[in-house]
Amino acid sequence: MPVLSLRNMYKTPCSRLTGLVGATVNKKLTLSAKAAKCQLSSLSLAQLRTTDSKEWLTFQQLSFLKRQYVVRHSGALGQRPRHKQEPVSAMLEDRGDLLMQQMQQVPTIQPVAGVAVPAPAPGTPVDLSNEPEADREARLEARQWKELKVEYSQLPDIYARLSKIKLTALVATTAAAGFAMAPVPFDPTCFLLATVGTGLCSCTANSINQYFEVPFDSNMNRTKNRPLVRGQISPLHAVSFALACGVPGVALLSLAVNPLTGLLGALNIFLYTSCYTPLKRISISNTWVGAVVGAIPPVMGWTAATGALDAGALLLGGILYSWQFPHFNALSWNLREDYSRGGYRMMSVTHPDLCRRVALRHCLGLIGLSSAAPLTGLTTWTFPLVSLPINLYITYLAFRFYQRADRQSARKLFFCSLWHLPMLLLLALTCKTRRAEPEALPAAATAAAAAAAAAGTTSSLAVQS
Amino acid sequence: MNVSATGTLLLRSQCTHRGTKALPLIIFTCSRLHNTGQAPKQANQTKRASFSPSSSSKHDWIGPADRLSNLRPIIYHIPENETPLERRLRHLRQETEDWNHQFWANQNITFNKKDDYVLTQLQAKGQTERDEKGKPRTLSSEEMAVFYKHFLDKNFKRHADYNREWYKRNFTITLLMARVALIRTWRRLRGGGPAA
Repeated sequence: MPVLSLRNMYKTPCSRLTGLVGATVNKKLTLSAKAAKCQLSSLSLAQLRTTDSKEWLTFQQLSFLKRQYVVRHSGALGQRPRHKQEPVSAMLEDRGDLLMQQMQQVPTIQPVAGVAVPAPAPGTPVDLSNEPEADREARLEARQWKELKVEYSQLPDIYARLSKIKLTALVATTAAAGFAMAPVPFDPTCFLLATVGTGLCSCTANSINQYFEVPFDSNMNRTKNRPLVRGQISPLHAVSFALACGVPGVALLSLAVNPLTGLLGALNIFLYTSCYTPLKRISISNTWVGAVVGAIPPVMGWTAATGALDAGALLLGGILYSWQFPHFNALSWNLREDYSRGGYRMMSVTHPDLCRRVALRHCLGLIGLSSAAPLTGLTTWTFPLVSLPINLYITYLAFRFYQRADRQSARKLFFCSLWHLPMLLLLALTCKTRRAEPEALPAAATAAAAAAAAAGTTSSLAVQS
Repeated sequence: MNVSATGTLLLRSQCTHRGTKALPLIIFTCSRLHNTGQAPKQANQTKRASFSPSSSSKHDWIGPADRLSNLRPIIYHIPENETPLERRLRHLRQETEDWNHQFWANQNITFNKKDDYVLTQLQAKGQTERDEKGKPRTLSSEEMAVFYKHFLDKNFKRHADYNREWYKRNFTITLLMARVALIRTWRRLRGGGPAA
């Protein structure tokens, strides 16, 4: 019986130390108590109704003590107070043997939360309220220890956090936008494969990044609840997950889409995990490498559609590259202390002036790149015009950030960048150059032929009538 | 590692719980030794957790983040039929954990000297620690950047060495874990016998 084995452990000298065991004992007894609850409740109700307050107190005290110990009692499980109390048992015997038997065989009652522990009878030590401070602390500490066992029900959530699912979704969206912007007929299957493949590559990169950075993440407030830091899965598990995403992802891109896209996907994983992640602790140039990592997904989308790296692809990549700077510099501004403590070398920590200047510079660059879009045939001339308002707005916020250099302006710039990018991509999509001329010719020809045929029919009809 | 830290390491390794009943007493003794006479002032003499898991548990246990190093300690489960490879893995993990703890505790203690820096700077400017409203004064980002840059530059070599060492250990541990997992799976598939 599991209950008995717990009792054995409880009786060892070091039992006081195993606070968790005590908690486990309570829990296990509670579970078994639930089964016999109906029996017990009727019994206790009977008791309560017929006794006066003094005896009710005794009964409750007895059950309080019963809660702690279950012993083997002439072949059956029974309960007995830790210290023999003659007055109590004598009172019970008055009640009748039947009661005694029942009470001995019924498992413990869970103490009602909030019910004050009654004052103990003389000579009866109460377990918890006289507990020395050190033991109480040990018990509280024991509660914070968790077993390193994979909770299968939590795995989807763990994987989502390991792969930074929201960031992955954004990356996949930029790849989808790159695909949609390509000047080729839209292929839904290829589109889906490219998006899923890019998403898988991003999952891999993020998982490996978290695998590398466990001790650093532990020391930063933003990241200390990550799955590997909390020990929810082992490092091996994280690496296996990364491989399980990466190998199919790159294979999907290389085989089902085209080898160039697969190569770009693998390159991106390599850049992120093996260049950006170690560089973060060595020099501020990590931000530029990270910007390239962010610029590659839309290029991947484009190459998935067209199979080649055109000027349009590079321009789209350039827009994403420039966007990374206001986004990341604003984010890192408010995390300066954490980054420094973690030993990360970021512009916001070591070169704050450069940090703000670069953010502003690249916002202006966004305006320039949007204006250059029609030149590459990516979009029509309406695109620079309609995108000017949002580009000017983000530039204005970057300018305020440059001037004021405070938390508020950094936050505003960061949150603006979050909606600025999807909006910009959407506008680019709506202003995409339509390949109208080659289709217009046959259309016109067929229209002319149809008109001629109609004219011919009416004229023949006129002739006949 | 100095002697006291080594001593702590050995004690901890021995005190890791086994599946036998005789050991609760030893765990009790070990933990008592931990608790007494260990001043948690310096990173070298770290106060380790006095918790010991139940002897029926077959898994490792992870604890709350340490006050100094913010890293979570792990108590490793020792199975009855532990192979030499598994023992090597466990020792490596334990040693890496202690080494990590020492580095980060030192790092955090050094970093927290920034409060002293802020104070000295404020005094140099002739300002009090708190302003009129009673809120603590902070330095501007440029001034703090001087401290952060100095902190990062001074510790650059230490950080770089730590990074290299951490990557190496991380890889080795993961490879060993993979080997152990593969061997266990193979044993289970082949023998169906005493699966670890």
